[in-house]
Formats: sequence, structure tokens, C-alpha cells
Amino acid sequence: MLSLIRAVIGRDLRLAMRRQADIVAATFFFIIVVSLFPLGVGPEPDQLRRLAPGVLWVAALLATMLSLPRLFADDHRDGTLEQLALAPQPLALIVLGKVIAHWLVAGLPLVVLAPVLGVQFDLAGDALAVLTLSLLIGTPALSGIGAIGAALTLGVRGGGVLLSLLVLPLYIPVLIFGAGAVDATVTGLGAQAHLSLLGALALGGVFFAPWPTAAALRVALE
Amino acid sequence: MRNKLINWFRYASPQTFYPLAGRMIPWFWGLAAIFGVAGLFIGFLLAPTDAQQGEGYRIIFLHVPASWMSMFIYLVMAFWAATGLAFNTRLSGMMASALAPTGALFAFLSLWTGALWGKPMWGTWWVWDARLTSELILLFLYIGFIALQAAIDDPRRADKAGAILALVGVVNIPIIYFSVQWWNTLHQGASVSLTRAPSMAAMMLWGMLLCALACWMYSIAVALMRVRVIMLERERHTDWVRALLRGKA
Repeated sequence: MLSLIRAVIGRDLRLAMRRQADIVAATFFFIIVVSLFPLGVGPEPDQLRRLAPGVLWVAALLATMLSLPRLFADDHRDGTLEQLALAPQPLALIVLGKVIAHWLVAGLPLVVLAPVLGVQFDLAGDALAVLTLSLLIGTPALSGIGAIGAALTLGVRGGGVLLSLLVLPLYIPVLIFGAGAVDATVTGLGAQAHLSLLGALALGGVFFAPWPTAAALRVALE
Repeated sequence: MRNKLINWFRYASPQTFYPLAGRMIPWFWGLAAIFGVAGLFIGFLLAPTDAQQGEGYRIIFLHVPASWMSMFIYLVMAFWAATGLAFNTRLSGMMASALAPTGALFAFLSLWTGALWGKPMWGTWWVWDARLTSELILLFLYIGFIALQAAIDDPRRADKAGAILALVGVVNIPIIYFSVQWWNTLHQGASVSLTRAPSMAAMMLWGMLLCALACWMYSIAVALMRVRVIMLERERHTDWVRALLRGKA
């Protein structure tokens, strides 16, 4: 079981490395969106510090969503997905591997970049740490929940816009607790409650999402 | 035993359900009209003026039933979606897609009437209160469901994809609801809450319940009308639809 997941992750990572432009584009999208906000609302440090958690988290949501269609589309186009669905191993496990690979490619760069961008918003050290930690805990949930949307919109016309319509409402809890953790740190309340809930969401999302995703993939392949 | 089983599934086929729905629709319209007239009569003429809110409170006779129906219809929709996935019946998916626009309409009405009530009472059209926000998210979920079904050409695939989405939504709604509530209360104490409403006069409650029943009957009638149209559209290649249309023409 573990070797299957590891094989899927390895394959997806190798494919992603051969198309680095996709990863870089989504990452730069994150950087650009975050950098646009100070230009829009003005450079006052107090205001930026208050906005930072929300802005970074919303940008992370959008950047993750941008990379979601790639999760299954390429495999669908060249027929690999059908072969995977025919495999004797449960499709949900294969999906789990793909979700983990997607997080490594799309989620982890956001986590690494977040402290640098947080400095742009004049966040203090502890807030930066909590921001990075909250993204580290929360982005797997984004990949997991997003996989459901990606599978549902597979091969559908206007899939990209539709995907955002389906997935963004489901992302709301992650956004609330992720941004809330940083907010709580800034106001001195302590972020532990938020981070615990975020962890619960991530575990629940990554654990349960592969089943509806697998069901949706089978519908799409019919 | 065997007979019972057959009877149970008898109306699961569009061919038998179509005339049944046609016979039921006038009844539900009639009930909706009776309950609606009675509820509005009580609401506007018999119910006393509220001591704190004046006459403006009377919008609850539409607002509360609309909110209830918006949530209830989502559950019914998810029930039909689950049935469709489990038993692979054509009618279940049709019912789910027939219910979605009515649910979205009620979610929108609930927000709209709430805004109309909020302006004179709270002094603002919109506050980021937990209840308002979760109702807005419910509207988003309805729109996502409708958009997904509209984007897929093959109706069977649209039914199944929509069903998965509806079920994922049902699992998520409690999570979203509580997260929104905590989000709001963590930041500031709720300045306004619908749960702390002053205890209601019996007349007001009766008017509201009758209006809720009217909305319920209206939803059933409209959903049945819509499901009849969907049936004709999807089954247009079958003999019974051809015979039906030839008989009408």
C-alpha cells in the first residue's frame, strides 16, 4: 500500500519536474497577487500588518486552485487515468498519492515563500512563524478538497471557472482558521486553538477526500 | 411480499411518475394558495404590531420560511442525490436537479428579505454575522451545483457528478457553519443575533408556520412541474413521450 502511494508520488513528481514552468507560474502568481495588495490599499505598515494574514491566505487559496486542473487533466488526456482506474489497487489510494504529490509541488512552495512575503507586510517574527506553520498545516487540506473539484470538472467545458465556483466555498473553513491563527497571534490570544482545528481539517480533508474524488473520476471516465 | 416490492418502485420510472406528478401538481398549488392566503391574512391583519420593531417585523412571514426552505431543500436534494447514486435510478437525479433552482431562489429571497429587514432594524443592509454568512455560502453551493450540472452535456454524468458534489456539500455544511460562527465570535461579540428574538406572540407564530407550509407546498408544486419538463426533455427518444406528445398535438 505504501509502496503504491510512493510510486504514484514519485511518478507525479518526476512529471512535474519535467514541466517546471507550470510550478513556477503558479508560485509567481502567488507572489504577484500578494504584492499587488500594498499597491492597492496603500503602504501604511499598520494597515498592512492587519491585512497580511487574510491577503496571504486568500492568495494561497487562489494559487492552489490555479494548479488544480493539472492534477488529473494530463493523465486524462493521454489515457493514463483509465489505466490507473483499471488497476487492481483501489483508485482512492492512487488519488491519495496524487494529492500528496500535488501538495509537494503546489503547496510546499507557498509555505516556503510565505515568510518572505510576510516581511513585505511588516509582520513580526512570531506572526511570521505562525503564518508559515498555518500554511504548512492548511495547504494539504486545500489539495485534498481541491482534488474533488478537479475530478468533478474533468473534461468539462469551462472547467477552470467552474472549478473555482465549486471549490472556493468549500475552502472557507481552511481560510477562516488559517488566517485566524495569524490574527490571534498578532492580537496576543495564542494560535493553538486555530492551529488544532486547522490540523483536524487537514487530516479529515486528506483522509476523506480521495473517496469522493475516486467516485467522481469514475463518473468522468464512463 | 413480491407485490409490495414492485409497488415500492412503481413510481421510480419516469413513465409512471409523469402522470402521477401531473395529477398531484394542482393539489399542491391549491394547498400553497390556501396556506399562503391564511398565513398572510394572519400575518398582516391579525398579528399584533411588534412592540420594539413596529410594522417592519412583518417581513419575517416571508423571511423565516424562505430560510427554512433553503436549508431543507438542500437536504432533500442531497437525499435524492444519494438515492440516485445508490440505486442508479434516473428519476432521483432529475428530482435533485429540479429542486436546486427552487432552493437557490429561497436562499436568495432569504438574503434579500433579510437585507430589507436589516436596514431599518440594524441600520445596515449587511453584517458579517454568522447566520448571514452561512446563508450566503449556501447560495454559493446551490449555484455551484447548478453550474456543474449545466456544464456537463450528458445528463447521466451530470446527475452523478452533481450528486457527489451535493453529498460533499452536505458533509461540509456543518463544518462551514461552525467555522463561520467561531470566526465571527472570535473577532467580536455578536452584536445582533436572530436567536435572541423576543418571545413571539402566538398569532405571529401561527402566521409564520402557515407561510412556511405555503412555501413548502409551493416548492413541491414547482419541483414537480420542473421535473416533468426535465423528464420530457431527457426521455424524448422514448415511445411513451412520443405517444404523449402525439396525443397532445
